[in-house]
Amino acid sequence: MMIRTFLLSATFFIAAGAHALSADEVKGMAFGETEARAEALNKAAANPDDKTAAFIQALADDAVKTAGDKVFVIKDDKGYDPVTGAELAVPADAEDVINNNMMRGELDTALAALKLFSKDGKVRADAIKTLASGSDESRLPLIEKAYAAETVPALKNQLEMVRATILLSSSDKAKRLDAAARLSGSNNPISKTVLISRLAEEEDAEVKSALQASLRTVESALAWGDKLGAVFSGISLGSILLLVALGLAITYGLMGVINMAHGELMMIGAYATYVVQGLFQKYLPGLFDWYLLAAVPVAFLASALMGAALERGVIRFLYGRPLETLLATWGISLMLQQLVRSIFGAQNVGVENPVWMSGGVQVLGNLSLPYNRLVIIGFAIAVLLGMARLISKTRLGLFVRGVTQNRPIASCMGVNTARVDTYAFALGSGIAGLAGCALSQVGNVGPDLGQGYIVDAFMVVVLGGVGQLAGTVYAAMGLGILNKFLEGWTGAVLAKIAVLVLIIIFIQKRPQGIFAMKGRSAEA
Amino acid sequence: MNTPPSSVILPVKGPLLTRVGLGAFIVALLLVCALAPMLNLLVPESSMFHMSTYAVALLGKIMCYAIVALAMDLIWGYTGILSLGHGLFFALGGYAMGMYLMRQIGRDGNYKSDLPDFMVFLDWKELPWHWTFSDSFAATLFLIVLVPGLVAFVFGYFAFRSRIKGVYFSIITQAMTFAAMLLFFRNETGFGGNNGFTDFKRILDTPIATPTMRMGLFVITGLTLLGFFLFAKWLVRSKFGRVLQAIRDAETRVMFSGYNPIGYKLTIWTLSAVMCGIAGALYVPQVGIINPSEMSPANSIEMAIWAAVGGRATLIGPILGAFIVNGAKSWLTVAYPEYWLYFLGMLFIAVTLFLPNGVVGLVKKLRKGGEK
Repeated sequence: MMIRTFLLSATFFIAAGAHALSADEVKGMAFGETEARAEALNKAAANPDDKTAAFIQALADDAVKTAGDKVFVIKDDKGYDPVTGAELAVPADAEDVINNNMMRGELDTALAALKLFSKDGKVRADAIKTLASGSDESRLPLIEKAYAAETVPALKNQLEMVRATILLSSSDKAKRLDAAARLSGSNNPISKTVLISRLAEEEDAEVKSALQASLRTVESALAWGDKLGAVFSGISLGSILLLVALGLAITYGLMGVINMAHGELMMIGAYATYVVQGLFQKYLPGLFDWYLLAAVPVAFLASALMGAALERGVIRFLYGRPLETLLATWGISLMLQQLVRSIFGAQNVGVENPVWMSGGVQVLGNLSLPYNRLVIIGFAIAVLLGMARLISKTRLGLFVRGVTQNRPIASCMGVNTARVDTYAFALGSGIAGLAGCALSQVGNVGPDLGQGYIVDAFMVVVLGGVGQLAGTVYAAMGLGILNKFLEGWTGAVLAKIAVLVLIIIFIQKRPQGIFAMKGRSAEA
Repeated sequence: MNTPPSSVILPVKGPLLTRVGLGAFIVALLLVCALAPMLNLLVPESSMFHMSTYAVALLGKIMCYAIVALAMDLIWGYTGILSLGHGLFFALGGYAMGMYLMRQIGRDGNYKSDLPDFMVFLDWKELPWHWTFSDSFAATLFLIVLVPGLVAFVFGYFAFRSRIKGVYFSIITQAMTFAAMLLFFRNETGFGGNNGFTDFKRILDTPIATPTMRMGLFVITGLTLLGFFLFAKWLVRSKFGRVLQAIRDAETRVMFSGYNPIGYKLTIWTLSAVMCGIAGALYVPQVGIINPSEMSPANSIEMAIWAAVGGRATLIGPILGAFIVNGAKSWLTVAYPEYWLYFLGMLFIAVTLFLPNGVVGLVKKLRKGGEK
């Protein structure tokens, strides 16, 4: 390592200005032991021209072959000379250049270093990120050069951080002190690990205290990001639980039907999204980014139709017998799972995020909010508002409320109660479909998608209180955030167990949920 | 809320078993204790009357399930409380037995250590505290009863005290077994994590895989099942049993008549859990493995369907149901694996829609129709 560093800095000072790729360099990178190749690679990458960059890229892509002492870059099944770029015939016995893991790592960092000079700001930002975690002093000259050339202030700032990180392990005490001071201005989690690891090795007392002071500042900056991050992922989980539970709030909360197949109705929604995605890929590739907009109504309709069929076919005959309903709908859920397995196979299917949903907003150094989560939170709010409006303002909502409050009277008023039941159940099922559509964007889509959420969803409804939309909302959000906070503290599985135990204890105290129905309707 | 699944029978004290019942019982006793061992151990393998090891294992397993179905029936069929968490009690009994069997492996494991293999694998140096009594068979027998009973008692005490009933109770029990499953999946819990316990070698210092030992376990399971059947029969005919059925049919009325249902419910709930635990303990040495998937909510719901298929609130029904469903399962999952879930799903729907009293109810109905 030391030798390499020495050689590299030596080359940097000797070679001024980019020098052209030579045949010797190419051979050095393509032949021999990994150590020697890495050395040649770093030598060439320290001060590269376009051809060098292209050759390193080709090496990383496994597109280089050798025959005898000749080196070929393979592109579209044709061979090219890496130095001149002229087309060459590749002999049949040409062998691939094999890169082991160490070589691959070297290639990746070298490529990242090269990308530092890209014209595209995004490529540069990515390159800085790669370099920030895996650099030593050998990269310093390159980074300083990039720092000088960088024009975007945010990236310049990040480069400075990378530089400080590298300098932190410098043998010069003054440099280390300087680096420690610079790092205190960072709110990047990597700075924290770097500071901690350096603190463990540092022997000089003065530098040590500077490091500690810097670490404290970084940690307090990070603490905010961590807390906000936990709140955000809690809200995100809560929004998913809310979507899942909203459908149940109608079928169980209003109608009193225990629908164990609710999870499978979600699964149908997710698979409907998958099918729509496939159709767009095949027939409308130009509009692929917008397939999700078409998938939302399709998922709703698919699940709603299935729900209506279930209500007419099975559940209708079991009103007033909740335990039997539970068993029958469990049977339905088993059949639906097997049905999906027969049609789509037992493996998970891939549902892609559209381009506009990938990526995220970087709010703090250690807190970025992914767009797909943000979209789902917005979607959950939209579904909630839509449903609240539907139940409280429309004629159908009025009928549903009327029938659930007093069936005989509603019937006397001329409401077709049987039809209202079907509509209400289809509505709840459709919302399950919407939840499935949303889930397909953040999780796996497979035959047992629904199973993972059904216990949670029932917990939300039970906790929120039956027949209460507001209760469902608070319960979903509360459970989501509680779960995520406990997760940071105890780990995912124990958090889940703790939440279940807390719910069981809570139900002891308030068997009717947070928002208990009062008065006569409580006994119904 | 609950309609009585069977017609009301006025309390007339008769013998525990009718003459036909007694005959059938003695036949069953003979089948289990004499015929099965004879066909399996004495009749040569070439003979068509030979009972294969596979059949012994399968029937032994199903008899364990039948005990569970009987326990389900006491709590659901006779008391009207649907538990979706009985898989937990079954698994707890199984784990208690499994711990003993793991200790019986001794130094014959892959790592030649005194500790069970998975602990060596996790680099543990000594047994965790809850394994203290696992090398004593007597203590294990005690734990098989105590652990499921205690868990059920504590859970039931809090649930019944706050008057959780009906579907709420079912969902909470499901959450309970789900939480326990997640807990047992963890390696830190000290129950072997995902893999659970397996590779048993001995029980009571005698090899476990011999035909005689298999047959012994089979006979013990059969006797336990028959014993529990008689016990349940006596129980549901007693005053205690009558109160249970009254709670099922009209709990509020029972309370107004001066009974406190909590004690009754808690007793039958705990009893049912203990029966499940014993079934689990008999199940593990015969099947040779116990892992946390036994606690999955799906397993517990399946237990309910055994009782429902056979006929709730009859005692022979659940036993029949366990045999029918599990017989079909072991045939279908081999012959047509992709259709098993369709069949099971259809069974759930068909039984709830068309056969509220199960197979026994159907037979009774047909017989009544025939008499007319």
